[in-house]
Amino acid sequence: MPVQDLKGSKIWQRRTGRESLFHWVLWLIGVAVFAYCWQQISASTTWFFVWDAPRIAHDIWTRATPPRWEYISQLGKPIWDTLNIATLGTIFSLVLAVPVAFLAARNTTPSRFLIRPIALLIIVSTRSINSLIWALLLIAIIGPGVFAGVIAIAIRSVGFCAKLLYEAIEEIDQTQVEAITATGASRWQVMAYGIVPQILPAFAGIAVFRWDINIRESTVLGLVGAGGIGLQLSSSLNVLAWPQVSLILLVILAAVVISEWVSAKVRGAII
Amino acid sequence: MSEVDTLIGKTWRKPSFIKRRWLRWALILGALAYLVAAYMTIDVNWVRVYEGLERGKKFVLAFTSPDFTSRSSDIYDGMLESIIMTIAASVVGIAISIPIALGAARNIAPLPVYLICRGIIAVSRALQEIIVAILLVAIFGFGPLAGFLTLSFATIGFLSKLLAEDIESMDKVQAEAIKASGAKWTQWINYGVQPQVMPRLIGLSIYRLDINFRESAILGLVGAGGIGATLNTAFDRYEYDTAAAILMLIILIVMALEYLSGVIRARVQ
Repeated sequence: MPVQDLKGSKIWQRRTGRESLFHWVLWLIGVAVFAYCWQQISASTTWFFVWDAPRIAHDIWTRATPPRWEYISQLGKPIWDTLNIATLGTIFSLVLAVPVAFLAARNTTPSRFLIRPIALLIIVSTRSINSLIWALLLIAIIGPGVFAGVIAIAIRSVGFCAKLLYEAIEEIDQTQVEAITATGASRWQVMAYGIVPQILPAFAGIAVFRWDINIRESTVLGLVGAGGIGLQLSSSLNVLAWPQVSLILLVILAAVVISEWVSAKVRGAII
Repeated sequence: MSEVDTLIGKTWRKPSFIKRRWLRWALILGALAYLVAAYMTIDVNWVRVYEGLERGKKFVLAFTSPDFTSRSSDIYDGMLESIIMTIAASVVGIAISIPIALGAARNIAPLPVYLICRGIIAVSRALQEIIVAILLVAIFGFGPLAGFLTLSFATIGFLSKLLAEDIESMDKVQAEAIKASGAKWTQWINYGVQPQVMPRLIGLSIYRLDINFRESAILGLVGAGGIGATLNTAFDRYEYDTAAAILMLIILIVMALEYLSGVIRARVQ
């Protein structure tokens, strides 16, 4: 036990001398890095605007309230588009994620040294790039519109769904699989009757969870031109129509809250 | 007659995922109707998509020859700014979210504090980063400060919620033992609660660092600093080789962070 000898009486300490020195050095490095970062941020900031910020914020607030409620009649179609982007995107991504997950799971992959790393690379690369960037790219390739949004959401979700799904596949009960194999079932039959029933609840849970996230993401995809309510948001922002912006933000907030509620209910019913 | 007798002679059928027959059919029909309705309103311009395939191929090929050199100073500045924003925002966000997490844990905080902290968490989680960034850019002007504030704000909702849940499920016995020794409130938190949640806090912090870096890549689209602006320009000018280089760098850094977080989490747990 680390103790300090102080005039003959021993006092308990949390760490030994070496440990506390090590911690001290770590903290010093951390503080130095943070100070450097802050300095860089501060250097590229126009501080006049920052001191002026409370006034600007107040100004925007007075312009944005009350929201222009009549505008909601024009938001029906964008909301429907947003819902479609999220739902169809989730469906596409699940279709793509299932094979990737089976190829990535240690117990179902056909080749551990060749195919598994490729599947893992697909998972990491689709996951690390935000759906807005995918949307930007797809707009450059297939043109603006809802379709680009659907594909962007689909690609972005593949990695997420496949990762959770392959973890679920790796955690299955192997005895059931063995029992099916013992009956003389083929590889596909083992999959259909031994593995799939075990991961179906996890699959449904992942699908609903991702759908909820996708609703959030699809509300902003329009900012880069990929359809949905974000288009209205960006055009309202461009003409500084703050009452419309505040109404759209309220609608987005409501959509996010509702989708989270729905997803929580459905997951509660499944699991 | 037992159950077996009724089943003998019939072929076995896989039980359905949804047991009630009417519910199953209603769901299937509803889903089909929805898909048809959704497909009708999307109106894909297939000619445009077909024309785009050529550019798509060019982009995929660009990954085989990414161009790091011709815009290297832009890429370097953007990446550095993204990393700086990420680190600063993670530090500040974590520092703020610890007290909020303590306040949002029902077994530590009194009810009024609990409600206020949960409210802060709910607001932070409901607003997406990019929307917060738009508002903050409008208020604070262009530059990394807006991005830094956005990421800090988003960190609070994420970290406080998960940390509060961990505090709520901690082992009461240890905390009580510290309390019984006559510890003050701060000592109680420091020696009774903190050691129990520390591994989780470290794991979550590194995970959030990873998320913050990914998010910082898009904040540039709305003028909040970071690599996003460079990436956007590259796409607008159809410089796919530069875009591919940036994307590869992002993927590489995310992979490195993920590996690092795996190592650190394995060490602290």
